[in-house]
Amino acid sequence: MHHVTEETIEPRVAAGSSHPPRVRVGIPAPAVDEPIEHPAIEVRKLSLWYGPKRALGEIDLKIAAKKITSLIGPSGCGKSTLLRSINRMNELIPRVRTEGEVIVDGVNIYDRRVDPVVVRRSIGMVFQKPNPFPKTIYENVAFGARINGYGGSMDELVERSLRQAALWDEVKDDLKKKSGLALSGGQQQRLCIARALATSPDVILMDEPCSALDPIATQRIEDLMVELAREYTIVIVTHNMQQAARVADRTAFMLAGDDLVGRLVEYGLTDQIFTSPRDSRTEAYITGRFG
Amino acid sequence: MAAETPALPGAELFHPRVRLRKGLGSAFLVLGVASVVFGLAMLAFLVFDVVERAIPWLRVEFLTQFDSRFSDRAGIKAGLYGTAYMMFFTILISFPLGVMSAIYLEEYARDSWPKTVIQINIANLAGVPSIVYGLLGLTVFVRWMALGRSVLAGALTMALLVLPIIIVATQEALRAVPSSIRDASYGVGATRWQTIWHHVLPQALPGILTGNILAASRAIGETAPLITIGALTFVPFTPQSPLDRFTALPIQIFNWTSKPQAEFHDLAAAAILTLLVVLLTMNSLAILLRNRAVRRRAG
Amino acid sequence: MQQAPTAGELPKLLRRDRMRDLRERAIGAALLTAAAVGALTTAGIILSLAGETIRFFGQVPIVDFFTETEWTPLFSIQKFGVWPLVSATVLTSAIALLLAVPVGLIAAIYLSEFATLHVRSLFKPMLEVLAGVPTVVYGFFALTVITPFLQGFVPGLSTFNALSAGFVMGVMIIPLVASLSEDALSAVPVSLREGAYAMGATRFEVATRVVFPAAISGVIASIILALSRAVGETMIVAIAAGMNPILSFDPRVPIETMTAYIVQISLGDTPYGSLSYLTIFAVGSTLFFMTFLMNVLSFWVVRRFREVYD
Repeated sequence: MHHVTEETIEPRVAAGSSHPPRVRVGIPAPAVDEPIEHPAIEVRKLSLWYGPKRALGEIDLKIAAKKITSLIGPSGCGKSTLLRSINRMNELIPRVRTEGEVIVDGVNIYDRRVDPVVVRRSIGMVFQKPNPFPKTIYENVAFGARINGYGGSMDELVERSLRQAALWDEVKDDLKKKSGLALSGGQQQRLCIARALATSPDVILMDEPCSALDPIATQRIEDLMVELAREYTIVIVTHNMQQAARVADRTAFMLAGDDLVGRLVEYGLTDQIFTSPRDSRTEAYITGRFG
Repeated sequence: MAAETPALPGAELFHPRVRLRKGLGSAFLVLGVASVVFGLAMLAFLVFDVVERAIPWLRVEFLTQFDSRFSDRAGIKAGLYGTAYMMFFTILISFPLGVMSAIYLEEYARDSWPKTVIQINIANLAGVPSIVYGLLGLTVFVRWMALGRSVLAGALTMALLVLPIIIVATQEALRAVPSSIRDASYGVGATRWQTIWHHVLPQALPGILTGNILAASRAIGETAPLITIGALTFVPFTPQSPLDRFTALPIQIFNWTSKPQAEFHDLAAAAILTLLVVLLTMNSLAILLRNRAVRRRAG
Repeated sequence: MQQAPTAGELPKLLRRDRMRDLRERAIGAALLTAAAVGALTTAGIILSLAGETIRFFGQVPIVDFFTETEWTPLFSIQKFGVWPLVSATVLTSAIALLLAVPVGLIAAIYLSEFATLHVRSLFKPMLEVLAGVPTVVYGFFALTVITPFLQGFVPGLSTFNALSAGFVMGVMIIPLVASLSEDALSAVPVSLREGAYAMGATRFEVATRVVFPAAISGVIASIILALSRAVGETMIVAIAAGMNPILSFDPRVPIETMTAYIVQISLGDTPYGSLSYLTIFAVGSTLFFMTFLMNVLSFWVVRRFREVYD
């Protein structure tokens, strides 16, 4: 008896049309991921409960600085919950309880002495659906800086943020005339990115930022992410494996077991996750056998 | 892009002053609780004052005597009878009219201009001051229809006044019935009316009754339209027919409040307490029905 | 189509039931008739007001009604300037709104943004009880409790005055402002709140700088409706504000609002068709017109300034 199962699966993975396209063909995939020496974020034994229901089970994850890290997994695996734990957004939901640590800049943000309001200033977030405020474009960008007592020139900050979000040229003529809601979906999402940049964060969390956008707008946001990763640490949740393969340096695969608790299954360089996953569940997911 | 533009200013340019901002929030929280408590305290104050004044006057005779020039012989029999007679006819008229209008709007009318016009019209009628309904009643029912200043004229006026409330509440109740129930009924060959009568209305009934009870409790307390159509203030008799003249409980309250003597103010308090007890009973009934409906829908 | 069988060839089961059709149609017609009563009511209000108002202006020049500053229809020298009544209505309504708008809005923001679900489901219905108290009871409260109480603080406060009537009217419309504004605030999408929190906003900032501005059309509409209610309110002012038609904005003295004047005339033995009988319709028309404008304005505000989120 040979290893029948492995032999039958292997060729399908290699030749299957569901295999995600690889973008960075030039870079040879290293066989082993080098350890992350100075992680921007370190998640340690993080667990979370919605009331009596446990949603995350002891997640350990180191996120590299100025890289793009993607969280993938089927719906209900806790990837958005994990993302929202990194800037303590989950606490806005009643009866949520968190255990474990998230270390940012050497500080555990779940320390009792740390105020979530301060945490969120330095960890920006972009949401699934663009959610600009019903204010002018200018006021949308200036909002976070205003409430956080920004001391510099507001006009300059707004312009820089919009330039960084690649939106400046499209909106510079009606900054103070047009409502953020009057922009197209893709523009709204870039406005939300500009808005997050204006509070000068170190980390930007993106929760399926392209799921409400058309392919062209998606392409622009993806380009923008790669651009922004030169200066910012980016963590993105996506259900789109091609997107993870295109933009992310590292990818974490999460899965909820029969107990519905989301756990980290496999974490590594994106190329390694997509070409030679170590866990059979990761392989099953990326080849589209469930999810 | 990012390479060409200078890096964004760092955290040193921000002065978040979180403690100050959180302090503002806490101050507002206190203000918010105070606002709600202010309203509730006023209500408590009002009820306490009324009860305190009313207690010495609460005797059986207070309910069974007619009004009198002498405070110790005065009672609210005429007001109770008048309100009861009037409300009987008010409900008799407004309930079917309101429910039928709502059924027409929700189940029959297509989304075209007549429906829009009727709908806007109803919203507008809900905003017309009650005393204007009184002027309508005075002209149309008392004069044109020559009903005089009678129980029936009062009931018709009140019926029109509460009609918008009934229609809106009934529409909401009908809308809450899932359309799958209608589809199921049509699917077995029922006509539109059979579907409404056998399936939609029974489901919506608790909601409809709640709305009607709330409308009735509004009508019981209304005073201004009755004064305008000329309901009497001093009545030593009970109405024998719908065309008799009458008084009502709120009118007696108004009449006694308007007198300078303090004893009559205490009488007014006793009548108010009676009125509030009636209203409280009706509202409790409405809440009970609503809760039962919610539970049934959830279960 | 040409080959469709005639009725005679149809099996009996599939044939139209004439009686049933007739019944369905009759029911439809009956329902439509009922729905038409609403429209008839509006027509009735406008016709009854207009008819008597036109007769009034046949005897009193319309210019006098809007330019004279004295209202003395019951005196031997009759003057028909509506301004004393209008000014009294404006004064009592302004006092009511001065109380109800801040208190109601703060309560709305508190209930929508700060209170837990449990607290809100307890407080909101309790506040709504305030709106269910009959206005004649509020009138009694104003005259016999609030006025004596305020007389301890406000020198020169008469037994009948605009201040306590307006104050109690304010208490009455607090739940209206609070409830409608709370609805508008709650309707603001959660995603906007999340967006603001994610930038390091505090709860207070999210409530006042994001949610409140986003709900502004509903908030303004609730204030306009509250004003409309105050203008049309009758029993509180008839009992506690007096029946003294003078052009004054002094909240301490007796005045007479439009609604209180209608009550005053209705209580007296006014002969049908007399000039003083007609005055209540002229005043009623003015009142109806004012509240109608406000109701239309509130509709318009909601439609014009509502933000559309997809």
